[in-house]
Amino acid sequence: MKLTLKIWRQANQDAKGAMHTYELDEVSEDMSFLEMLDVLNEKLNADGEEPIAFDSDCREGICGMCSLMINGEAHGPEVTTTCQLHMRSFNDGETITIEPWRAQAFPVIKDLVVDRSAFDRIIQMGGFISVNTGAAPDAATMPVPKDKADRSFDMATCIGCGACVAACPNGSASLFLGAKITHLGELPQGQAERNERVVNMAAQHDHEHFGGCTNIGECSAACPKEIPLDVISQLNKDLRTAMKQGR
Amino acid sequence: MATDTLVKNARAARTTIALKLAMATSGLIFIGFVLMHMYGNLKAFGGRDAFNKYAEHLRTFGEPMLPHEGLLWVIRVVLLVALVVHVASAAQLAARASKSRPVKYEVKKNKHSSISSRTMRWGGVALLLFIVWHLINFTIGKVNVSGGATTDPFNLLVDSFDVWWLTLIYLLAMLALGLHLHHGTWSALQTLGLTNSARSRKAAKTTGLIVAVVIAGGFMLVPLFTLFGVISK
Repeated sequence: MKLTLKIWRQANQDAKGAMHTYELDEVSEDMSFLEMLDVLNEKLNADGEEPIAFDSDCREGICGMCSLMINGEAHGPEVTTTCQLHMRSFNDGETITIEPWRAQAFPVIKDLVVDRSAFDRIIQMGGFISVNTGAAPDAATMPVPKDKADRSFDMATCIGCGACVAACPNGSASLFLGAKITHLGELPQGQAERNERVVNMAAQHDHEHFGGCTNIGECSAACPKEIPLDVISQLNKDLRTAMKQGR
Repeated sequence: MATDTLVKNARAARTTIALKLAMATSGLIFIGFVLMHMYGNLKAFGGRDAFNKYAEHLRTFGEPMLPHEGLLWVIRVVLLVALVVHVASAAQLAARASKSRPVKYEVKKNKHSSISSRTMRWGGVALLLFIVWHLINFTIGKVNVSGGATTDPFNLLVDSFDVWWLTLIYLLAMLALGLHLHHGTWSALQTLGLTNSARSRKAAKTTGLIVAVVIAGGFMLVPLFTLFGVISK
């Protein structure tokens, strides 16, 4: 395959960035998208140019490190992470535009790498359960209904990649927030801190300059883990309950 | 720029979700109102007496417990408060949204969002302008563009919608209302936390479609049938 790549280049957080165009030949359709970028970087290295910085870690779709806005879609055209996207999803001779996640809360560090520590701070405000550690309790001491366990587990598949924010026209992280709230709220262990959690995490979300949700649904459509929109309803419901109970 | 500080003394009422709740609640008040208003307009099909009697009854409703036009004024105050809440929270949320992405994408695809969801803000502004004109036309100013009498509500209605361009303005406004209600109804239900499963989400979206078609469609009937002479003096 022969490709024309239009890629955002930015030297550092304070520098002004711009789109650069690269031609890449002999791309195999069996390559992953990130391998294709690796090949481009080898070529840039050989030419004495600065390679393109982009995030990746596990390259098996479970860590949430890779990102990339590909032709206007977060993680590209398939429902998966960028690392699990393959070049067979593109056509020979195609022009591919690659941009970093765009959000006030996710500043560009370099080229396609953004700082997603805003998510860490939201988690820090309540995305956990406070328990005394010690010997593991008997499995049967705290029964969890199957449907609740399933829903909790499904929402726990959120890897915090930030695609929801990248795809949202309001730059909102409501889907991420909703996934965390639902994941912990469905379990008995999550009840003690339930009100405090939703208020603190929602306040940190706003503090990080994420926008408000307009229930448009772009987030869920972009989510590589297919987190459904109903987690945002759950988030809203939990916040309303917390407000009613004086938080 | 991202922050590196954590929020202290977080309050539920100060979050964007609280703003959304304010929008949803005031929006539901509007849905109730436009539904009643649409029903009242259909009285025009019953002719001059049915329509004018309905208009008069709105003013004498609840007498002698309520003063003349008492109910009307209660409704007006509630609607005015709802309008201020709705517009003020929309303005705040829109301002936040525009600041949340300072650098725009070169290429951005819409994968899922409906036209109605993407036209909420400008459609809302258009509706606000329409409401101002509508009140000048039929309530505050009583403007008869055909130059006829304005004291008789039925007469003003027929004279107005006999004018093609005025009917067109109303039809376009109702199209905007339909789009706004289509997304707004489901969005309000989602914001109130009533759509916690795939099934209830689907039901809420269907409700939005029905509300939009019934209300906007119902409103369109009277101007159209007046223009084509079915409703006449």
